[in-house]
Amino acid sequence: MSTSIKASKGTPATRSQRRRPHLSDRAKSERRLGWYLAGPAFIVMLAVTLYPILQAFWDSLFSLRLTAPDDKAFIWFANYVTVLSDPVWWRDLGVTVIITIVTVVIELILGFALALVMDKAIKSLRGLLRTAILVPYGIITVVSAYAWFYAFDINSGYVNHWFSWIPGINPDLNWFAEFWPSLFVIMASEIWKTTPFISLLLLAGLAQVPGELTEAAQVDGATWWERFRKVIVPNMKAAIMVAVLFRTLDAFRIFDNVFIMTNGAHGTEVLSLLAYRTSISRLEIGLGSAISVLLFVCVLIICFVAIKLFKVDLAGTQGGKS
Amino acid sequence: MTSGKQKIIWSGIAVLVLIYALFPVASILSTSFKAPSDLTSGKFLPSSGASTLENYQQILVGDAQGLFLSALRNSIGIALIATVIAVVLATLCAYAIARLDFPGKKIVLTTALAVSIFPVISIVTPLFNLWRNIGLYDTWLGLIIPYLSLTLPISIWTLAAFFRQIPWELEQAAQVDGATTWQAFRKAIVPLAAPGVFTTAIIAFFIAWNDFVYGISLTSTESARTVPAALAFFTGASQFEAPTGAISAAAIIVTIPVVLLVLLFQRQIVSGLTQGAVKG
Repeated sequence: MSTSIKASKGTPATRSQRRRPHLSDRAKSERRLGWYLAGPAFIVMLAVTLYPILQAFWDSLFSLRLTAPDDKAFIWFANYVTVLSDPVWWRDLGVTVIITIVTVVIELILGFALALVMDKAIKSLRGLLRTAILVPYGIITVVSAYAWFYAFDINSGYVNHWFSWIPGINPDLNWFAEFWPSLFVIMASEIWKTTPFISLLLLAGLAQVPGELTEAAQVDGATWWERFRKVIVPNMKAAIMVAVLFRTLDAFRIFDNVFIMTNGAHGTEVLSLLAYRTSISRLEIGLGSAISVLLFVCVLIICFVAIKLFKVDLAGTQGGKS
Repeated sequence: MTSGKQKIIWSGIAVLVLIYALFPVASILSTSFKAPSDLTSGKFLPSSGASTLENYQQILVGDAQGLFLSALRNSIGIALIATVIAVVLATLCAYAIARLDFPGKKIVLTTALAVSIFPVISIVTPLFNLWRNIGLYDTWLGLIIPYLSLTLPISIWTLAAFFRQIPWELEQAAQVDGATTWQAFRKAIVPLAAPGVFTTAIIAFFIAWNDFVYGISLTSTESARTVPAALAFFTGASQFEAPTGAISAAAIIVTIPVVLLVLLFQRQIVSGLTQGAVKG
């Protein structure tokens, strides 16, 4: 599916070539058993992603509304022209990119701080800190969205009252009536919920920095900041890159918080919401499929850029989201 | 630095982290105890004497009961089934990856990676159309199948990382000592593999429990709608009342299992999430 990733890693060709001349029966049966065991999971993964995206591509070539199924017609790439020539697509892409960049940058800084705290904390606090950090990780995104929404909401919120000493904030400020204030709260909830994930990936990276190196730097009189910048960061570059890539791809498909807080009002619509609105609300399957495919292409481009330009080695690491 | 001073600094940091992690939860917890008339007080806590269990009554035994309890049942059932299927398939797959030599190992792992970064919304449109045609729309199975796209890839990666660390020689050693193949597997390997499988199940469950996109797109009634989706459809006790209290109470109820799992299995979850991330 994601050929760019596959191509860069390559299949274990060398190994199979080396063994090709004569496979012992034992090796043959091991191969067979391997595929018997791994096959079902592999097929299920393809069935739930590869098949739908191909179907989406096929549907995107038709003019199809479920409210008028008889008007279905093959129109080649006209849906893509419609989407890409619509300012709404570009506006939503812009909003999505802003959210992605701002949240990932802040999460990286905050996540690093949390990872360092968890790594260096005295033993008696370690368990407590890690437990606390896992709460935002495990909580449902929709619940997090409501928690932040109600805190800022002009009717049920208390934030306006608490922070009325800051210029611009007063009890009459309606955060969800304008673009930037709504986006601020959306991003805050996203950052709160997903920073723990990035900090755990960074914690794993920190564990790989050889302790002797930092000690040697300390003996040589390096300050904390110098040790961090010259020893720690370069030694966990791979972990940082992977964490950033995963969070970027995850932030790019942001949907839940925006749906709950503004439902795209005041220009806060993101691409996932546009796809949802087109296919599920307006039942424009053809157009919605085109948006789905374009979103998928965006993800491929991000991956391609990360792997080619930043040389992120994905295959050695794990991904996941919550 | 004296250890006393160090302790004070660390306590300060710990308080900051705790506030960061728990404040939004405390915020919605407090809202869930507010009476409708108290919602607009502009205060964090319910006014003194005004805290109420009304919101919990409304969703557990009152008007919103049908909406919430059926959603809770759907969420628990669908998330658990999707977790079990994913963990069983992933255990077989990860065993093969960690233990056997077969061509295509990398392809399986790379596919898992690619599936885990797939934009969920891109799968929704075709499934929405297909499910309506074949009758899977608004059913448990109609959610369980796409949930596998969320739970299976991370299960494979996490378990493969766990299984790579198991000293498989123990199995042979047990056999040399006279155990049968089955005994060797059950007595030597299962106790070592079980914690990894269990941890993976928790992580997969969190992910399935969290889903919102599939939940609102592929369901339309109480027969399959999950809690996150149902929350977006809550309405107030009357037409003129915001459902704030009821949503907050429901949000707290679905957060309880998360907090319990985190409290009980913090160590395992952290190792599961970080171990997979270390090159194996």
